[in-house]
Amino acid sequence: MPIDVTLPGGLTLALVPDLILMAGAMVLMLWSAWRPDSASHQRSVGIGALVVTLITTAAVIWFVASGAAAKQGGIVAVDSFRWAADLIFLLATFIAIAISIDYNTREGIDAPELHVLVLFATSGMMILAAARDLMIIFLGIELMSIAVYVLAGLNRRSARSAEAAIKYFLLGAFSTAFLLYGIALVYGATGSTNLAVIGETVAKYRLGDSPMLLAGIALLLVGFGFKVAAAPFHMWTPDVYEGAPTPITGYMAAAVKAAAFAAFLRVWIEGFSGAYLRWHLAVWWLAAITMVLGNVVALAQQNLKRLLAYSSIAHSGFVLVALVAGTPAGSSAFLFYLFAYTLATMGAFAVIVALGQPGESDLTIDSYSGLWNDRPWMAAAMTVFMLALLGFPIVGGIGFLAKWYVLQAALQAPAPQFKLATLLVITTTISAGYYLQVVRVMYMKPRPANAPARLPAGRLTQIVIGAAAILIVALGLFPDSIAGFAQRSVAQPTTTAPAAPGRMAVMSPGSAGAGR
Amino acid sequence: MLAESLALSAVLFSIGAIGVLTRRNAIVIFMCVELMLNAVNLTFVALSKVYGMAGQVFVIFVMTVAAAEAAVGLAIIIAIFRHKQTVNLENINLLKG
Repeated sequence: MPIDVTLPGGLTLALVPDLILMAGAMVLMLWSAWRPDSASHQRSVGIGALVVTLITTAAVIWFVASGAAAKQGGIVAVDSFRWAADLIFLLATFIAIAISIDYNTREGIDAPELHVLVLFATSGMMILAAARDLMIIFLGIELMSIAVYVLAGLNRRSARSAEAAIKYFLLGAFSTAFLLYGIALVYGATGSTNLAVIGETVAKYRLGDSPMLLAGIALLLVGFGFKVAAAPFHMWTPDVYEGAPTPITGYMAAAVKAAAFAAFLRVWIEGFSGAYLRWHLAVWWLAAITMVLGNVVALAQQNLKRLLAYSSIAHSGFVLVALVAGTPAGSSAFLFYLFAYTLATMGAFAVIVALGQPGESDLTIDSYSGLWNDRPWMAAAMTVFMLALLGFPIVGGIGFLAKWYVLQAALQAPAPQFKLATLLVITTTISAGYYLQVVRVMYMKPRPANAPARLPAGRLTQIVIGAAAILIVALGLFPDSIAGFAQRSVAQPTTTAPAAPGRMAVMSPGSAGAGR
Repeated sequence: MLAESLALSAVLFSIGAIGVLTRRNAIVIFMCVELMLNAVNLTFVALSKVYGMAGQVFVIFVMTVAAAEAAVGLAIIIAIFRHKQTVNLENINLLKG
């Protein structure tokens, strides 16, 4: 089904899933203001938000099944890269809302608008995944970020939550300014904000040496570096992730990061592949520093939320390796990695929510000691999530395949990234030091006698944890369907520039299955 | 005129960025961020003289978004003031590690 996104009707059709989500969020906003705040109202709005998420997911799946495709040009993309990214965001959104219903009940946060804000942030992400114009990317990032600034500070009685919100807000706004200046300079160098036009102009006039374009790319790199929490622009991450309410932390670590990465990849591949040789080294160093710093500093963490914050920084580095490869195989490995990472991260944060004490006082790794004796299923699920983040074969499920595809993309690129691949393997080994520490504490360390009794976890949280763990293992054993979908969902460079290696290498159909 | 406008906006942007990095009062930092955004607006307006309308349209969007950001940001600053009785970031240090 071809869609012409240059016509108003085609544009509306191409944005149907986003519009469904926004309309649903607005109706829910009215509904949440209709009744006075209470725990039961918070729950009902949360269930409504889950329903809206499911309807939007159905719409996205309908678009995937109908094979809708747009011609090049226009301001939004209709391609499977967008739909795959959308499904990742919606998965993270569903889990985040489901666990925050139980979390809010326990913490006494009677704020039904939380779920509405999550939906608005998700609509910003979906716009980011669709955007093919720097103007739309800016609006998508802001729609997402402004909602998440509020979400970080949603627990008004907690000073930590307020502190997380102000740190996130100030650094987020700072990074937005860099991003915007980068957009302005790219516009100045190429005369357009449309990614396809930028890509053509850069290749045609060989703008790789234009100082204005290079300055613009550098500023965009800083802006996106902040948003995806890549070192050295990661300073805000541990503080914000520790202070924000736990379900929101998971949402930020998974969905917000994935959305920023989706836009990052599209801008770099579609817009700047003609200047690959210019930005390649900068992204290379960003990936290398991020992997090393995230994994090494995570070793020293005792607070589980901080540990996962550094782990998420480290994973940004792994994803950047796929971006450095710059090939279609890199772009499908990128999507597969984000999917695996989203499932494992959201699962881990769901376990933290399920086992937390009121007031979030109980977040050290040691508070998980003896979990295997008290809650064997919870311990087993947490083990799956930790091993998936580590990239352990079989038990880690798709976590292992995700790392495998990234390595494969890096090594099979026209300019093979041997050093970066080596660094990825070494830092993954380092990461075993902290992921396995969590597992060891759960199974081998007895729970101290004076520890507070564990509270029962909410029903929704339990369902989500079980589903995420089963999905990780099952898809790890039978990855063909999802790997095939990821392989078809690549962002294509728009140019035929000789400097762009994205043209030359295509992942052979059989090579994906070799990972098993 | 174009070169001068671009140079001026680069200077304004740098002043804003240096302000964010050196000042410790949340309100002043926020004002510096706004200065950076407006420096970018100046760039867009200057460039739209060469490339046509798109730059000016972008400026309208940036101003709208900056207003929304200001509303949320000031609310967050009030929230932190209620907890700490200060908006100085040196005193806002519960989260460390």
